[in-house]
Amino acid sequence: MDFWDYLGTQHQQLLTDAYQHASAVFQCMVVATLIGVLIGVVTYRSGWAGNLATTATSTILTVPSLAMIGLLIPVVGLGVPPTVISLTLYGLLPIVRNAIVGLRGVDPALVDAARGIGMSRTMRLLRVELPLAWPPILTGIRVSTQMLMGIAAIAAYASGPGLGNEIFRGIASLGSRNALNQVLAGTLGIIVLALLFDAAYVLLGRLTISRGIRA
Amino acid sequence: MPDETSTTGATIELENLTKRYPGSSAPAVDNVNMEIKAGEIVIFVGPSGCGKSTTLKMINRLIEPTGGRIRIGGEDVTDIDPVKLRRKVGYAIQSAGLFPHMTVAQNIGLVPRMIGWSSSRIRARVEELLDLVGLEPGEFRGRYPRQLSGGQQQRVGVARALAADPPVLLMDEPFGAVDPITRDHLQDELIRLQHELHKTIVFVTHDFDEAIKLGDRIAVLREHSHIAQFDTPEAILTNPADDFVSGFVGAGAALKRLNLTRVRDVEITDYPTVTVDDPLQSIFDRLRESGTNEILLLDRRGRPYKWLRRGDLMRARGSLARAGTLVHDTVTRDATLRDALEAVLTDNAGRVAVTGRRGEYTGVVDMETLMNSVHELLDADRLEAMEHQHELEEARTERTHAEQEGGEEEAAR
Repeated sequence: MDFWDYLGTQHQQLLTDAYQHASAVFQCMVVATLIGVLIGVVTYRSGWAGNLATTATSTILTVPSLAMIGLLIPVVGLGVPPTVISLTLYGLLPIVRNAIVGLRGVDPALVDAARGIGMSRTMRLLRVELPLAWPPILTGIRVSTQMLMGIAAIAAYASGPGLGNEIFRGIASLGSRNALNQVLAGTLGIIVLALLFDAAYVLLGRLTISRGIRA
Repeated sequence: MPDETSTTGATIELENLTKRYPGSSAPAVDNVNMEIKAGEIVIFVGPSGCGKSTTLKMINRLIEPTGGRIRIGGEDVTDIDPVKLRRKVGYAIQSAGLFPHMTVAQNIGLVPRMIGWSSSRIRARVEELLDLVGLEPGEFRGRYPRQLSGGQQQRVGVARALAADPPVLLMDEPFGAVDPITRDHLQDELIRLQHELHKTIVFVTHDFDEAIKLGDRIAVLREHSHIAQFDTPEAILTNPADDFVSGFVGAGAALKRLNLTRVRDVEITDYPTVTVDDPLQSIFDRLRESGTNEILLLDRRGRPYKWLRRGDLMRARGSLARAGTLVHDTVTRDATLRDALEAVLTDNAGRVAVTGRRGEYTGVVDMETLMNSVHELLDADRLEAMEHQHELEEARTERTHAEQEGGEEEAAR
């Protein structure tokens, strides 16, 4: 059975896996973005807090994903919970770092002008600082998403959802007729998903970044 | 013309205003007392680091004072919510500080939106303000700041500061980052705006010439924002309070004084004139009876055209086409004496024709008139300054007397 035949017979299963993979990454990204931007907003004004946040999140990233999921299983069990927790944690670093860099990079003269014309602190953040820091934050989100696409495959180890199942099944049955096809289908599926997400982010950037600051 | 709805200026009083930064022994701003009248432009001028900008930023409490009071329009604003205060005080800064992600209209409409104007009212106000600062609304409303030149950005910055029609306008070196020609234009615009709006404007600069041009009064500040002199430009130029001020005024105070007077304020001499349509013979006669050596030929619309001398006429031989010297340079009645002097100096006969609004001839200014007027001006300034000083001294002695008497009365009780 060649690869195309395999896709033909298995497309139902593959589409389900792909959907679950995308859905898991998307939902974790939403949560990671909210938490990451929030951490950035809370810490960017102070030197040490910002550095602490960046260091803490990059420490998380140094833990191998397999180990992270393995460590989470005894605590939260198998399936979706360890997947969501680890994906969200891994997704944080690029977002936190870019949010802090972006917010700190806003021209102080503009913040001064915003204060000077009578904007409250919240309004300054929502109307001036975050919109100006949004392009780097969006870049962080893109980087995070690409990374999570790969890491999500490991989630199958903890019986999580997604295309990782396909890969693990193939690895587990190495030598069988469909082993290579399974690994190939899972991997290519992840690549295609990653490209689709990236295209979506380009579109999102077009829609949400003001024409006045678009490169 | 000020429309009925526009708010004119409010007084600003600074009382013992002080800013002390933690960890430094000397205060950045030390005990500033100042009264700024409603509707006047006051310029803070001084060397960098003298605290002029800090003093300005304390008026809208971008920098919180550590001591003293601020009153705007009689209301003590030292302890009110700074956000509320700043919405009543327009603020314009160097290189405009426009938000790059918002359009011109959004930038200008920010403050009105914050104080809850309806969107149709905001739209109308944006149009009005763009008109006011000389930008075509249809063309500029939808642009982003990066699509504007430096001068245009600065105009939008001023429009944004004026958006909610605040009585007070604070300007922190607003024209510091634009090229000299644009700066000159913007200064003229500001003077024109102020004629219409009558706001109270506090303006910070380190450029003394800018201060002279714009200021109704100038506060020359030295370190810690100590006021070295607070007076009209004329008084500061002719009678600097001390060496620091005269050093800051710089060389050429008399020349700078020329910027403050217009041609219409000095005596313009009348010159014999003829028009191009006059027959040659009558031009001869006119020249002879005038007793001067020279006569001014006007074109059909009454504008200065050529200077004719006796000799030119001899050589003309029936036609004026090639006779005489063309008039190169004229000045209007609104030109400064400095412009007039420039024109007179470059003219080989030492005089320049003065023209009215449509370029028509109204008179001539020559070297002698200029010198006489400058002497008169300087004398008058000096006299005024002396009287002013005299008054101050009298007031001071009276006060001391009153205090002494008061003290005696108290002692008697």
